[in-house]
Amino acid sequence: MANSNALLTSLNGLAAGLFLMSSFGLAATRQMQGCLRFYITQSICLVVSALLLGLGLHAPDLLAVAVLDAVVKPIVIPVLLRRTVPEAVFRRREIAQVLNIPSSLLIALALTLLAYFLSGYLPPATGSLASINLPVGLAGLFIGVYTLTVRREAVPQLIGIFGIENGALLCGFAIASGLPLVIEMAFPFDMLIIALVIGILTRMTHERVGTTEVGGFTSLREGIGK
Amino acid sequence: MILLFILGLPLMAALISALPLGRRVAPAVTVATCVAVLVLTVAAALRVVAGESVVTIRNWIAIDGLSALILLLVATVGSTAALFSWGYIAREKSSRHLRRYYANYNLFVFAMLSVPMLDEPNLVWTGVELTTILSVYLVAFENTGEALEAAWKYSVLTIMGGAIALLGFLALYAATRGRYAEGAYTWRTLIVLAPGVSPRVLETAFVLILVGFGAKAGLVPLHTWLPDAHSQAPSPICALLSGIKTTVILYVILRLIPVLNSSGKIDVDEWAMVVGLFSVGIAAFLIIQVTDYKRLFAFSTVEHMGIILTAAGIGGAAGHYGAVYQILNHTLTKSFCFFAAGATLLAVDTRQIADVRGLIRTSPPAGVALLFGGIAIAGAPPLAVFLSEFSILRSGIAKQHYVATALLAGFVIVAFFGILYHLNRMVFGQPDPAIESAAPIRLPVSCVLTLILAAAPIIILGVYMPEPLHKLLLMAADGLTR
Repeated sequence: MANSNALLTSLNGLAAGLFLMSSFGLAATRQMQGCLRFYITQSICLVVSALLLGLGLHAPDLLAVAVLDAVVKPIVIPVLLRRTVPEAVFRRREIAQVLNIPSSLLIALALTLLAYFLSGYLPPATGSLASINLPVGLAGLFIGVYTLTVRREAVPQLIGIFGIENGALLCGFAIASGLPLVIEMAFPFDMLIIALVIGILTRMTHERVGTTEVGGFTSLREGIGK
Repeated sequence: MILLFILGLPLMAALISALPLGRRVAPAVTVATCVAVLVLTVAAALRVVAGESVVTIRNWIAIDGLSALILLLVATVGSTAALFSWGYIAREKSSRHLRRYYANYNLFVFAMLSVPMLDEPNLVWTGVELTTILSVYLVAFENTGEALEAAWKYSVLTIMGGAIALLGFLALYAATRGRYAEGAYTWRTLIVLAPGVSPRVLETAFVLILVGFGAKAGLVPLHTWLPDAHSQAPSPICALLSGIKTTVILYVILRLIPVLNSSGKIDVDEWAMVVGLFSVGIAAFLIIQVTDYKRLFAFSTVEHMGIILTAAGIGGAAGHYGAVYQILNHTLTKSFCFFAAGATLLAVDTRQIADVRGLIRTSPPAGVALLFGGIAIAGAPPLAVFLSEFSILRSGIAKQHYVATALLAGFVIVAFFGILYHLNRMVFGQPDPAIESAAPIRLPVSCVLTLILAAAPIIILGVYMPEPLHKLLLMAADGLTR
């Protein structure tokens, strides 16, 4: 029993490590396709972590959530985005970003350190198996916010939001297992509607304005010179 | 059962509105449903006032004084905005867009009704997310470059806020788990169990929710999307967004104040006062430099969210009463202001303050409405907002928060002059001779009717407070205290 638990802990550590790596990827990659692939990797890590925690903590609800998330996050959402967002948007290779890649990586690193310190302010994880999820999830959340702030393109901004949500859930699985199933099911469903709504909004913008570089949208502002 | 009907009716109306049954059906069904919902919420609120417990599903769907007040306000603005939409949206030529508008409208109202009704905090988060997601298309409805830009900023910033708040809600759940009966996790449980939770965890959860939902409620510094979205959306939607949606989300933040207070180790009042005053101050000075009259009212919403939060922070029975009183008056007045702005837009077809002069001569109904709305929202006596702002300032002095009260009074006065300065130029002044000689524009009947119906409670509440409403306000204030 102790052996299998140690195995689960190290596997969960591996999943969390890969999760963190893909968060860095989200913040730093220059290609639209790459951005989506990093999001898929991150979601798979989230699912794996939920499965391992479900096994290790004997929490059947986490297993159910893992199955649901495995369908929605890495499969349905990317397909949905592909369908709704015009192909031309996805072919872009150089996506504009306010800060360059080395500074982005450095900032992501700083945010990860910050997350390690701040994770002590969250409720303690259920068992030592899950404790790695707290700092990594929080780091994923911070890096997602950072990605959202510096990206100037519509789809990478949306994927930044998904990164925030994934981070919050990675933490959530570790501290809040045993949520009623209705609520657990609401989370992936919510993400699905967000992907649909913003995907269609992106398409409308592309059709109407001719670009999805939302960072350049500055016609609504206050004051002189307008 | 009554609560399930209130939730079910808008869903049914959304379905009917989406069917191709002719141009008149969708608006008629929407107005009828919203009025029916209003009647049902009044009945439910009266039962709450009478001391009955209105519970549909124990621990999941139930209302108390505070949620009854919010529910009542959602239904009120939902009805008036539906009536205003009838004439306002009729300009839209495509029947398909029209149907989509009303279907979405009903879903949006459904989401806002669900938030005060739900008793399980994690489900409340889902409800709040729905209010955001279901209103994105309504903001983008006009499908212009500006509307899409506004919808984009709105969705990205507020959904980000939602994801941050999610961690806060999960932390709250985790911190209290296992110390209550199975399936009995409610707002009430949180208050009871808060003293046993580590204050550090409780405060972290609160800050995550304050930042996350603060972005959705338009609190400074994450308010930047609000003037864009609340100016580009069709006017009836602006009335819903500014009048009640921001309040519904602030309600969730306010729900946490008694939780933190019952812990006894966290100064939540200070948090609320600082964040609130910051919003009031920044918004008051931003009001001075607007060039677009719908943005003027949008910034005034940021200001009022700040006033409500400050009042909740001042605390005590009087401060909490001021907060809920201000919620009531702000919702009624601000929705009227956006109806007036919508009427003005129909009359002059521009959003620029500088391009509108002598409105009272070119379109008397729009001019009178805009002037009345401006005076009412700025807080001039004897109208409703003046009374609630005055009661907040008085409670601040009584609680010896002299600096906060002085700052609040100063900012409110700056905003007062800012609003009236702009509106004075629009309503009076010399109109463009070309416009003046043209025939006066006739507003749609439903719009004029809405303006009259929406103005009535603002005037009445200035001089007379019905006893059941007063009782409901007292109960709502009590919900913030304990």
